[in-house]
Amino acid sequence: MVGGRLKGRHSLRPGSSTVNEIAFRLYLLAGASLVAIGFFGILASAELLRKILGVNIMGSGIFLILVGLAARTTDPIPDPVPHAMVLTGIVVSVCGTALALALADRVRAMKAREMLDEEEEE
Amino acid sequence: MSISPHAAIILLILGPLTFAALAFLWPRYWRWFCFTLAPLQVGAVVKLALEVYASGPVRHHVGGWTAPLGIELRADGMAVVLLVITAGIGLAVMLYASRYFDPGPGQQSAEGARRQKYFWPLYFFLLASLNALFLSADIFNLYVTLELIGFSAVALVALAGKGPALTAALRYLLVSLAGSLFYLLGVVLTYGTYSTLDISLLASRVEPSFVTWVALGLMTGGLLMKAALFPLHFWLPPAHANAPSPVSALLSALVVKGAFCILLRLWFEAFASMVTPAAANFLGWLGVAAIIWGSIQALRQPRLKLLVAYSTVAQLGYLFLVFPLALSESSGFTAWSGCLLFLGAHACAKTAMFLTAGNILHAAGHDRIRDLDGITHVLPLSVFAFALAGISLVGLPPSGGFAGKWMLLNAGVSQGKWIWVTAILVGSLLAAAYIMRVLNHAFTRVPEPDIPNPIPPVMEWTGFTLALLAVVLGFFAQWPVELLRIGSPFVSVVQTVEMLP
Amino acid sequence: MTAHGLLLIGILLSSFVTGIIIFFLREESHAFRTRLNLAGAGVKLVLVAILIWEVYRHPGPLGTIRWTMLPGMDFALGADGTSILFVTLSAILWFLTTIYAVGYLEDSPHRSRFFGFFSFCVSATIGIALSANLVTFFIFYELLTVSTYPLLVHRGTAKAMQGGKVYLTYTLIGGAVLLLAVVWLQSLAGPVEFAEKGILSSLAESHGFELRIIFFLFIAAFGVKTALVPLHGWLPKAMIAPAPVSALLHAVAVVKAGAFGIIRIVYDVYGVQTASDLGLLHPLVILACFTILYGSLRALFQDELKKRLAYSTVSQVSYIVLGTAMLGPLAATGGLVHLVHQGIMKITLFFGAGNYAETLGVHHVSEMNGIGRKLPLTTISFSIGALGMIGLYPFAGYISKAYLKSGAIQAGEEWVTWVLLTSSLLNAGYFLPILYRAWFMKPPKEWPKERAFGRWETHWMLLVPPLVTAILVIYAGLFAETGFTPLAWVKLIAARESGP
Repeated sequence: MVGGRLKGRHSLRPGSSTVNEIAFRLYLLAGASLVAIGFFGILASAELLRKILGVNIMGSGIFLILVGLAARTTDPIPDPVPHAMVLTGIVVSVCGTALALALADRVRAMKAREMLDEEEEE
Repeated sequence: MSISPHAAIILLILGPLTFAALAFLWPRYWRWFCFTLAPLQVGAVVKLALEVYASGPVRHHVGGWTAPLGIELRADGMAVVLLVITAGIGLAVMLYASRYFDPGPGQQSAEGARRQKYFWPLYFFLLASLNALFLSADIFNLYVTLELIGFSAVALVALAGKGPALTAALRYLLVSLAGSLFYLLGVVLTYGTYSTLDISLLASRVEPSFVTWVALGLMTGGLLMKAALFPLHFWLPPAHANAPSPVSALLSALVVKGAFCILLRLWFEAFASMVTPAAANFLGWLGVAAIIWGSIQALRQPRLKLLVAYSTVAQLGYLFLVFPLALSESSGFTAWSGCLLFLGAHACAKTAMFLTAGNILHAAGHDRIRDLDGITHVLPLSVFAFALAGISLVGLPPSGGFAGKWMLLNAGVSQGKWIWVTAILVGSLLAAAYIMRVLNHAFTRVPEPDIPNPIPPVMEWTGFTLALLAVVLGFFAQWPVELLRIGSPFVSVVQTVEMLP
Repeated sequence: MTAHGLLLIGILLSSFVTGIIIFFLREESHAFRTRLNLAGAGVKLVLVAILIWEVYRHPGPLGTIRWTMLPGMDFALGADGTSILFVTLSAILWFLTTIYAVGYLEDSPHRSRFFGFFSFCVSATIGIALSANLVTFFIFYELLTVSTYPLLVHRGTAKAMQGGKVYLTYTLIGGAVLLLAVVWLQSLAGPVEFAEKGILSSLAESHGFELRIIFFLFIAAFGVKTALVPLHGWLPKAMIAPAPVSALLHAVAVVKAGAFGIIRIVYDVYGVQTASDLGLLHPLVILACFTILYGSLRALFQDELKKRLAYSTVSQVSYIVLGTAMLGPLAATGGLVHLVHQGIMKITLFFGAGNYAETLGVHHVSEMNGIGRKLPLTTISFSIGALGMIGLYPFAGYISKAYLKSGAIQAGEEWVTWVLLTSSLLNAGYFLPILYRAWFMKPPKEWPKERAFGRWETHWMLLVPPLVTAILVIYAGLFAETGFTPLAWVKLIAARESGP
């Protein structure tokens, strides 16, 4: 198994306090905050667009952690696996956002039509 | 047809994917695509099942690349059973939908034509992503498939095009995205700690630690949102009830099960070494709450499709009883395979229910339960199918639902876990109560109602066949259980300890 | 598959397949449906006759048919002496009730549905009789619940739906309790196959406590269908069903399924000796006696004929339980033989009640003045059934009660004889006034809702079945000690049970 070779190259467990490690901690912290902010946005804001933005912020936070993870190595070449994951994640996230925006647009149009109908009835 | 198991695995993913593209480009030829893919998919699943049964799990490295960069696919007993369920339900829904959107020459509205145009690509896409999910062997690949399923499911709900359906679809999408992102965060933390995404490698490396618990917690939380476990079920009833009926069937029977199966992979394979009884009991308690809450809500719904959707919430609760029950050394496999058996039976029965509910909705023009008197005159076969599906949901013998519950009960009783045993039995009675709410209308005597919209026979027979399958499944329950044994996380235990007394 | 296996499958399918075909028949194809029904019932009778001969020739249970559903869960059919008793009763009474139902439901709607479920109901009963293990028994027991419900609510009125709801609530909860008991017992003892003298004697020492609780669960579960007090509440409410359904329900299908379950649990699962050692039988005797007296007392105060008969059933079915719960061959004989005797007597009474309702619109005892002169043949058979129930010689009921009394003395429970005596007096108390009214009081000028049937007092299809069952009641009593009777068969079972 190729995966087995990678074991112990980096770890989230405490103990290894290199410069890289400190930088990674920062990435991790920033990423986690972004995820929290994004999720709060989804829950707290009533507006659809803000909710969709919240999802994107969450995603960005996770990608940030991944990028940091890739760089946290003593090898001159960064770990390619997190990069592959970020790329895939971005594609998925773009698709999701597009679908959400299309739906939100439809919902808004429908709401506007309903409001117009109500005004006409009055 | 003689194809290698590797070709079968590729065919199961690439086949529907290709047809999705074709159906999008040339929507007019959907019929050709359907009737080409169906035998291919069924053939591939059967081939794979026989292969796995004869010579154990099959592993496939996509494009010859191995882990960590390559994508590994794995077909073990559990995967094969789920693929069989997907193929069967997919086939039934395909037959049903072939008339649902196109009642006959000259009868199709512009709206119907539009829906049909988008239904087929999305349907093929959903099948491809479901198959990919069940075959995935690494936790990041599972994330991708999970998102693909989510997108196609949301788009399918939105097909209904009406107000409530659109809002429901949007809410579903947001929940689904948030859920997947939590899952992804957990994946990232896991990779950061153990440097691998492969489930079996994780199984050998994972050890309890704070970060690992956070990772598992995040992944589980995200998946619970997608699997609609109480109290995260709020998005499910509106989405499932407002979608077009064939879509409702796919969602309730297969889509929510996708997320649940990842949970099984995580808790009993990748992270099995660190799961504690307390954590498992927590999921079990949520399951009990889902059974009770879902059933009570089902008892109160005015509309048939909402009732069926809440019944899904309740039935999903049963699946989560597997977590506390399968921790035992001696009867773990009994509970685990019983849970998957129950899942399969529920898929058949629930599909049948949504399809017949669709018939009733179409014929009567509404699905208000209290106005359903005399529906038997119009749709005797559909009502009969609903009753048969109900037998499996209640868990009366010899249905598949009964076989699943029997195994869960056996595990519960032999471990002396009376809480879960009581929950299973009480849940059955509640299910009977809400099913009878509908069926009672089959017996009330009313003058023959007006001639309704006629239902094409194939739409009645698909539901009936699935319901019948669910009812007799118990007689053949040994086969899936034998298959599940292959490559199951309990296999070493099962070989040494007698499974049932 | 052995020839015997095929025979068992054939007996089961002769009504099951009939039911399926009937569902797909069009409502209007009356003649074909009737022919199909009678053909199915006839084929079943023939097959059962062959089966009786085979079981008679082979001591010990007949070759089983077996299919593994799940590891540890086999679907298994077999036939022993006790099954034969129940199978024969079901087959004969199904044949007669089918004739009766065809006449009764003439010109009423939804007959395809009715006869379809009717056939399923009988298949479930036959399945219960032929089950070779507890799981199979459970499968058919639940199938019986499900297939009876549509028959109960067949009329579709608000009252019928209400009765059906009560029935389902009782029986489904009973079913859940039964499932728990089966699973629990299996976790202690492994897959439970029925066997003479039981299979649990080796566990009695080590798991006595659990076995007692499980026994209690079994009795609670079967008690619902057997209508043991206080679980009898559904039975009087279920009276709303059409007469042929009530007849079958009270004589063969539902209440007997419960009683048969208790017989299986006591004799073939626990073993009567083990059950007695665990101290389980004495409470059961008390419960049965209480139910016997309670049912008879309540029957005394019912004016509605079918309700009176319903409470009488509550009381009479417990005779079977009583016989089962007392140690010794005489009591066992009395209990088992009453399984058959109660069936033919009660079905006669319900056929009669159905004829009164259908022909004259008479539903209450107070309307029955002089009815014997109007419907003499019906009333003669009704009277035979009633006198049998009281336990008079030479009717079938006399035999059961005589054996039960001797059994009680043999088992050292003399007080039970007093219960039996009191019950007989009470039976007389609620049946004799009916007979007095019917034969000796002046008929009214006009009956509530009279229908004319030409040559006979009522439709011939309504008349033949009660006459046949009434003759059976006399035959089973008068010739009990000779030749081919239920008693002779029960004695054969008893001889085999107590043999080596």
